[in-house]
Amino acid sequence: MSEFKHIQTAHCENGVTVNLLKQQGLDFMTEPLAFGIGSGLFYIHIPFLKVNGGPAISFRSMPGAIFSRTCKSLDVKVERKKFRSHEAAQLYLDQKVDDGIAVGCPVGVYNLLYFPKEYRFHFNAYNLIVYGRDGNDYLVSDPVMETTTRLSKEALEKVRFAKGALAPKGHLYYPVQARPITEEVLRKGIVRGINRNVRDMLRIPTKIVGVRGINHTASKVRKWREQHGERTAGLFLGQIVRMQEEIGTGGGGFRFIYAAFLEQASEILGDDRLLGISEQFTKAGDLWRDSALQMAGIYKGRITAQKDFDDCADIMNAISAAEKQAFQDLGKLNLR
Amino acid sequence: MKKNELPQDESPLKDFTREVCYVKNEDGKYETGLSEGWDVKSVALNNAWEEIERRTQDAKDKVLKGEASPVLYYLELHLMDLPVLAGYTGFRRWQIKRHMKPSVFKKLSDKKLKIYADIFEVSVENFKHFKI
Repeated sequence: MSEFKHIQTAHCENGVTVNLLKQQGLDFMTEPLAFGIGSGLFYIHIPFLKVNGGPAISFRSMPGAIFSRTCKSLDVKVERKKFRSHEAAQLYLDQKVDDGIAVGCPVGVYNLLYFPKEYRFHFNAYNLIVYGRDGNDYLVSDPVMETTTRLSKEALEKVRFAKGALAPKGHLYYPVQARPITEEVLRKGIVRGINRNVRDMLRIPTKIVGVRGINHTASKVRKWREQHGERTAGLFLGQIVRMQEEIGTGGGGFRFIYAAFLEQASEILGDDRLLGISEQFTKAGDLWRDSALQMAGIYKGRITAQKDFDDCADIMNAISAAEKQAFQDLGKLNLR
Repeated sequence: MKKNELPQDESPLKDFTREVCYVKNEDGKYETGLSEGWDVKSVALNNAWEEIERRTQDAKDKVLKGEASPVLYYLELHLMDLPVLAGYTGFRRWQIKRHMKPSVFKKLSDKKLKIYADIFEVSVENFKHFKI
């Protein structure tokens, strides 16, 4: 294996995908490509699940989906292991890194010691790469960090066996020797990623998912002030903004990554029509940021009337319409 | 978002990292930029922490008044909820709910107390008698 080269990205799972695939010689891989081929753009207002009594929303596809879809589309084989025993999990990891294989690990954030305390919640769908060890320390490449970092044996064990929803259970994964990717395979992967994303955002028949999901949340936002009072409703809005923008989630940010993906895709596919649609996603991303600003006005206590909540919901309805249009246009291109 | 609009507000990210963001450059093409933080997010995060502190204080008051057991206080202190604590302890959620009652808590075996105390990183003695 060549020397490990750390690449910082906006989102952890994109980053793990990019870093691990580059390691396998896929030099062309970028974060937007990984995100787009893996059909990462999504929206779901998760039903029955409450986080601190408030809404649980995800702006991206299921944890693990970006990595596995991207690898599958590019015909890269993936090796995965789950463990019950902490010892077995560590021994296997040691063996891999000693063989010079960098591996991806889902971990819990709560005990991730190099994170500032403010960011450490019980959130388990986080990913990092372990690429070596040195004495009692593991060498860690966390894609949202500017540089590589380290975790002690004990600290790593703790985060690999964090408990709660989506418990990682010592899971690890890595791509096995990839074949050289031809232009043809890459094009097919891009087209497939786009078409799957169109389906996921437009055609899943439930009101909580995709562009309809955004409207579903908007209709809830309209009712929160009455139902929960200004303070709690404000906290809920803050929660949306955190899920949307914070490290490891990045909703508004995802729209820009997707726009960047379409820009790169237009070059690779030689199709200028994608540039126009990229612009539509940039607008959607800008609208998400407008909505966050409006919500911040409320939870900063500056504006707290029902009209202000309605304004938030109106922006979300506009986002839903914008993304619906963009995905419909994408679908109409009939890429093959 | 244009490159010159990328927010650079002081945030809890300070001395930790800067975030990669995808922004449009002068030629209208995407590139990455680094952001030190965005006030909109910092305030949301800050509010979430104030809420956690409020809940922890509430739990503390309840324990002192004899309305809840220390399990509730430490659950809040460690930002947990029932599924998370159930995951770490191996107890069922309904068992944990019972353990939150002072009357039930008083009768807990040392073995069970130790399971909690280890996860909450306190001594059994301090946990049992709520010495914080």
